[in-house]
Amino acid sequence: MSRTFLGMPGTVSMMGYSGKEGFPENAAKAVRNSQLRFNLRKATGTIRGRRASVVGELPDWPDLRQAGKAIKDHTLRNLDTYLVQLEEAVTKAGGHVHWARDAAEANRIVTDLVKATGETQVVKVKSMATQEIGLNEALHDEGITAYETDLAELIVQLGDDWPSHILVPAIHRNRSEIREIFVRHMSEWGRPAPEKLTDDPAALAEAARLHLRERFLATKVAISGANFMVAETGTLVVLESEGNGRMCLTLPETLISVVGIEKLLPTWRDLEVFLQLLPRSSTGERMNPYTSMWTGATEGQEFHLVLLDNGRTRVLADDLGRQALRCIRCSACLNVCPVYERSGGHAYGSVYPGPIGAILTPQLRGMESELDRSLPYASSLCGACYEVCPVAIDIPSVLVELRGRSRHPVAERAGMAAAGWVLNRSGRLARAQRMGGRMRRLVPKRLPGPLGGWTDTRDLPDIPKESFRDWWNRTDGGSR
Amino acid sequence: MSARDVILARVRAAVEGVPDVEIPRSYRGAAPASEGLVDLLAERVRHYKAAVHVVEEAGVAELVAASLAERRARRLVVPEGFPEPWLPAQGFERIGDEPRLSASDLDTADGILTTCAVAIAETGTIVLDAGAGQGRRALTLLPDFHLCVVRQDQIVANVPDAVARLDPARPLTWISGPSATSDIELNRVEGVHGPRILEVVIVTPAAT
Ligand code: SF4
Repeated sequence: MSRTFLGMPGTVSMMGYSGKEGFPENAAKAVRNSQLRFNLRKATGTIRGRRASVVGELPDWPDLRQAGKAIKDHTLRNLDTYLVQLEEAVTKAGGHVHWARDAAEANRIVTDLVKATGETQVVKVKSMATQEIGLNEALHDEGITAYETDLAELIVQLGDDWPSHILVPAIHRNRSEIREIFVRHMSEWGRPAPEKLTDDPAALAEAARLHLRERFLATKVAISGANFMVAETGTLVVLESEGNGRMCLTLPETLISVVGIEKLLPTWRDLEVFLQLLPRSSTGERMNPYTSMWTGATEGQEFHLVLLDNGRTRVLADDLGRQALRCIRCSACLNVCPVYERSGGHAYGSVYPGPIGAILTPQLRGMESELDRSLPYASSLCGACYEVCPVAIDIPSVLVELRGRSRHPVAERAGMAAAGWVLNRSGRLARAQRMGGRMRRLVPKRLPGPLGGWTDTRDLPDIPKESFRDWWNRTDGGSR
Repeated sequence: MSARDVILARVRAAVEGVPDVEIPRSYRGAAPASEGLVDLLAERVRHYKAAVHVVEEAGVAELVAASLAERRARRLVVPEGFPEPWLPAQGFERIGDEPRLSASDLDTADGILTTCAVAIAETGTIVLDAGAGQGRRALTLLPDFHLCVVRQDQIVANVPDAVARLDPARPLTWISGPSATSDIELNRVEGVHGPRILEVVIVTPAAT
């Protein structure tokens, strides 16, 4: 079965998860998959620990977080000015800037650019923006093959699968599954897997290296996203680990970067904040192995920047919801989320899973489908996501607000009534949690809303004297 | 209206009347250079499973020779501007990048020797800016072995220091250890597409 993804906004159809089914049905399926649950628990637990230790190392983390938040808010407030400034700087440095109102427009721009080169193959660096717009599928329809080069994306692509985590998209696959996928499918895409491939992670990485090397050397067009764009200088920034990003950014003759308009930073100096916040929050490293920065057409390359709206200005217009645009896609909120840990990324039916997906997806797509309406319920409102977020996005408050706006089944209203009352009155979940004893009565045994769907297959422990959040910290999500 | 005008108009409508915010910069800024930076850089780079040597100026060539021998690296790319005194007198085949090497030629080289623009002690990062002794970006990407020589005066304490020193108009590559992936069950594997072996030589001035 081939994967279809029609992009955002619109219908999502993948792996038997469709926009018709809400988060509860999807989550219930995922929770029954014990492999997925095991992998997720192991992975998220590991990253949580790493993140905590490298964040704890910086005495000024709270200051960096406040600066990060303010820089993003200031950028969003003046986004029009900074977009124009960026355009000027990129153009001056020999790059070409294109503007795309929606997914279809962005896909058309990129397709035309690729066609103009006469090439029918492109290499890609992992990019959520291009996944969001369904670029690979759009290119495919025009006879252009897009090769994913990130190891996890390769696993996902070869397995005809769907990414389940922002940072570790193949987190739902274990090593023997990955070996199986390589042995079966590498030959369909290019150089076959080595004979007698074992499931040793180093051997699997080596297989990927060999499989992709020829492709990097031969392919003339690359497509990337970017983590940051600097308005002042026109510089684009990509953080990565494997070197596939560098391959794509450096070797091909033409580079096309598709970037959401919210990825801007006003000044070069602002990078000093985000290059500390992002690696520590995401992979839990002091610094990721490779960060590439380039300004305009570099070292003789032809460079195109496609600025993508696709619902972002709609989110920007929302007083409470616009903070979701501060997101730097570090995935820290996924790794601390008890709901994500058990349901996995697929249940969210979007390229943006986890807590951030639960507030971003419905806003970007407009809450038209059953799935999007149910996403704001994919949370126990424990507040862990807000605590770890490097740009202090108050995800719980936005969730509560979106719940108030979306049509939802009576059961959900009933399940949420108590918590909703507290949250609305107190304004802040943190404060509500500090109410201690009074709150305790209100913590449901069965997780609220659609989450009941997965607590049906898995008991939530009782929460006697401590908040869900404290319980979560103390027990590492019930695993101790 | 063009897509550009539509998007800009949407943005303006969306943020109209929204108050602007001040940016508090109470985080640590650039710090003065201190003695401990060499050790800190060495420790942090080692943490990424890269080999680190600290050596006085006069000992660089010898150290490079030993390292090439250990890695069995014979065909070596040496970018324009790499200090001659740091090169071993013999024992390797020197490849230049002028005229530009093709990607497949580069792919067959055993290694690459470079200098750097800045090194960040706190994060164990070296930054290349394609300047003298570094060459274009692909040079440090395709060969499987990268040996980078860092002068002590290029080491800064933290990220804000480095950002202040770097020139955004140049292509920059920040390198923190060898390429790695944790995509398979979160097990870190060193070496995917970039060089699998990174060696850093920190050069201190001769003791007086
Ligand atoms: S919402 Fe915050 S924690 Fe979650 S991915 Fe975005 S920046 Fe990271």
